[in-house]
Amino acid sequence: MHNSPIATADQEAHQNPALLHHFATEEQQKDAASLGMWVFLATEIMFFGGMFCAYLVYRYWYFGDFGAGSQSLNVVLGGTNTAVLICSSLTVALAVRAAQLGQQKVIIICLILTMLLGLVFLGIKGVEYHDKFVEHHVPGPGFHFPGHVPGHPDIPINQHHAQIFFSLYFIMTGLHALHMIIGVGLFAFITYNAMRRRYGPDYYTPVEVAGLYWHFVDIIWIYLFPLLYLIDRSK
Amino acid sequence: MATAVLESGERETYLNKEYGIKSWLLTVDHKRIALLYLVSITFFFFIGGFFALLIRLELLTPAGDLVQADTYNKLFTMHGQVMVFFFLIPAVPAVLGNFLIPIMIGAKDLAFPRVNLLSWYLYIIGGALMLYTILNGGVDTGWTFYTPLSTEFLNTHVVTAGLAIFVAGFSSILTGLNFVVTTHRMRAPGMTWSRLPLFVWAHYATSIIQLLGTPVLAITLLLVVCERLFHLGIFNPALGGDPLLFQHLFWFYSHPAVYIMILPGMGIVSEIVCCFSRKRIFGYTAMALALLGIAVVGFLVWAHHMFVAGISLYAAMIFSLLSYFVAVPSAIKVFNWTSTMYKGSITYQTPMLYAFGFIGLFTMGGLTGLFLASLGIDVHVTDTYFVVAHFHYIMVGGMVMAYLGGMHFWWPKISGRMYPEGWGRLAALLVFVGFNLTFFPQFILGYMGMPRRYWDYSHSPEFQILNVLSTAGATVLAVGYVLPMIYFLWSMRYGKPAPDNPWNAAGLEWMVPSPPPTFNFEEQPVVTWEAYNYDEIKEEVPVAQ
Ligand SMILES: [Cu+2]
Repeated sequence: MHNSPIATADQEAHQNPALLHHFATEEQQKDAASLGMWVFLATEIMFFGGMFCAYLVYRYWYFGDFGAGSQSLNVVLGGTNTAVLICSSLTVALAVRAAQLGQQKVIIICLILTMLLGLVFLGIKGVEYHDKFVEHHVPGPGFHFPGHVPGHPDIPINQHHAQIFFSLYFIMTGLHALHMIIGVGLFAFITYNAMRRRYGPDYYTPVEVAGLYWHFVDIIWIYLFPLLYLIDRSK
Repeated sequence: MATAVLESGERETYLNKEYGIKSWLLTVDHKRIALLYLVSITFFFFIGGFFALLIRLELLTPAGDLVQADTYNKLFTMHGQVMVFFFLIPAVPAVLGNFLIPIMIGAKDLAFPRVNLLSWYLYIIGGALMLYTILNGGVDTGWTFYTPLSTEFLNTHVVTAGLAIFVAGFSSILTGLNFVVTTHRMRAPGMTWSRLPLFVWAHYATSIIQLLGTPVLAITLLLVVCERLFHLGIFNPALGGDPLLFQHLFWFYSHPAVYIMILPGMGIVSEIVCCFSRKRIFGYTAMALALLGIAVVGFLVWAHHMFVAGISLYAAMIFSLLSYFVAVPSAIKVFNWTSTMYKGSITYQTPMLYAFGFIGLFTMGGLTGLFLASLGIDVHVTDTYFVVAHFHYIMVGGMVMAYLGGMHFWWPKISGRMYPEGWGRLAALLVFVGFNLTFFPQFILGYMGMPRRYWDYSHSPEFQILNVLSTAGATVLAVGYVLPMIYFLWSMRYGKPAPDNPWNAAGLEWMVPSPPPTFNFEEQPVVTWEAYNYDEIKEEVPVAQ
């Protein structure tokens, strides 16, 4: 061998039971986990990006029909949901802080609050979906969306174009809701671990990483809400 | 170096540490997961190859006589989908990258070993769905799923095929994520970015494409599936939708996907060329930047697949120009490999033969890519065999050559055994000859005007002679592909035990035992040398027996 390959570097004693075997230090493990989540969120942006791109094209093409579709959504329920999600972002941030400080009770309370707010969001979303179903606004053979383009009483709504709006509405909010369900599942797992006092100032990476994910899901909604609910609200 | 010893007196390795099905299916060792992938992608390679042989047999005669027209459509569709999504995309990263990246950077494992195993399971779920699709009669959309053909007009298994590729896509995303985080966070002390082997750089660039491209394909296929199930109209012009939007989204992934296949191959070739020329790579920084450059520019050229689809002339001109730009970093790579060999002491072992093949065939594929990037010629040869030949030069002549070269180069490390060198050289030669015989005639066929995806060419019997050559070549190629599988399996039992560094090569992976122990390194390595320090290695490549 041309040069001695293996010299010994200082190895930290493996004290923290949460430190996995293949990491040298706790810091390395934590950095890897949070970088991993950031990279994952970058892929999520591209995933939703395809749909935002489709939305952009059809909103430009079918301006009036999209406005009419948007007006038919329940802005009170959508607005309430926006507020609910923003509150849940706060409770998640508080849970991370509590984990850093080792306040065991506060972690659990904040996580449970977050999950409750998430479930409230999903419940309200379910009510909205139900209303759309009753009104025959769900794309498919029974789709029916009468009326005229906002501001143009003489132009009837094009059923095909409106159906594209509602297709995008259901797919975008549906995938967002799926992300919420996954998030609630993650927090249920983390709450279970928090009850076993797994987290504290030495180790709170899962809380922090799941929090990042939750914030991202909120941000997606912050874009969905105006694009779907608010584009044609001026009287 | 002290190593653990088993009761039987053997040295403990990742292979003999545990036995039994469970120890493989639940493993989180990156080396074992690499072998799981190796078995699965080989399986799909031979399925895809089987379809290819049926296609070539049908084209042996001008009349459509061997299979029905509908069956032929299914054959080329499933050949494409299986080969692209279940072999070419995962092959080098998930097998060789998985095995080697942690060792090359001096780490015990990838950053997320369990995510690594999850990615294999996702691949298997996707693969099972694909098999289900095939066994239930298959799918005939073409590998491109073009709408509204795929969503409204075909009565085949588009939904399960789409979901299969959707799921396999997430396996690819998770592999890329693991590599990016591993390269950033798991490097050994002293392993700076400028000391990384180009193999690692190549996988880093590949991972960026996997991470940013694959999600777009995933959502596109999901929209196709929803559209087909609920008749939404997003991509259906009869319902106000835009089929060009589908093509834009599809090629936004599927053009860069070519670089997912070829960049890891470039990484392999850099390692092999340096080792068998006994020289440091020429222009290390340029080589690393060229990899990143291809990854970035590769994202800006997708619409060159749509020159005849009805995009605006000005858009087409811009995409044409940008497509030319890809040639710059690609040429840098070819020139630098050649310069590396200049005045090197070259030996002609099997891996090097594959590397030579790669450089030549990749250059051919790249240059014909320039033909296709220019608007006028592209209109003439769009959807002809010229295009088919071009991308097979890149994907088979380039990527598969590199993959086989890499498999031979690192097989002693993976299995702890030497493959038979004579047979290896013979197979490399067969692959090279067979490949050119298969695909060079297709350039001429395409230029003469034979369209791709035709099942019957009885109106142009003058195409037959070139088609016969092509089919003959495919037969030689098949032998060239089956041989390595046979002698690799043979060598696992009867091969000569491999020394730790059979090629006297540089790089951390050659400093650990063959095969490596489970955690790769007994002690944390500290790197004090540059990559490819062949000037410090006095030994030559041992002469083959
Ligand atoms: Cu392309």
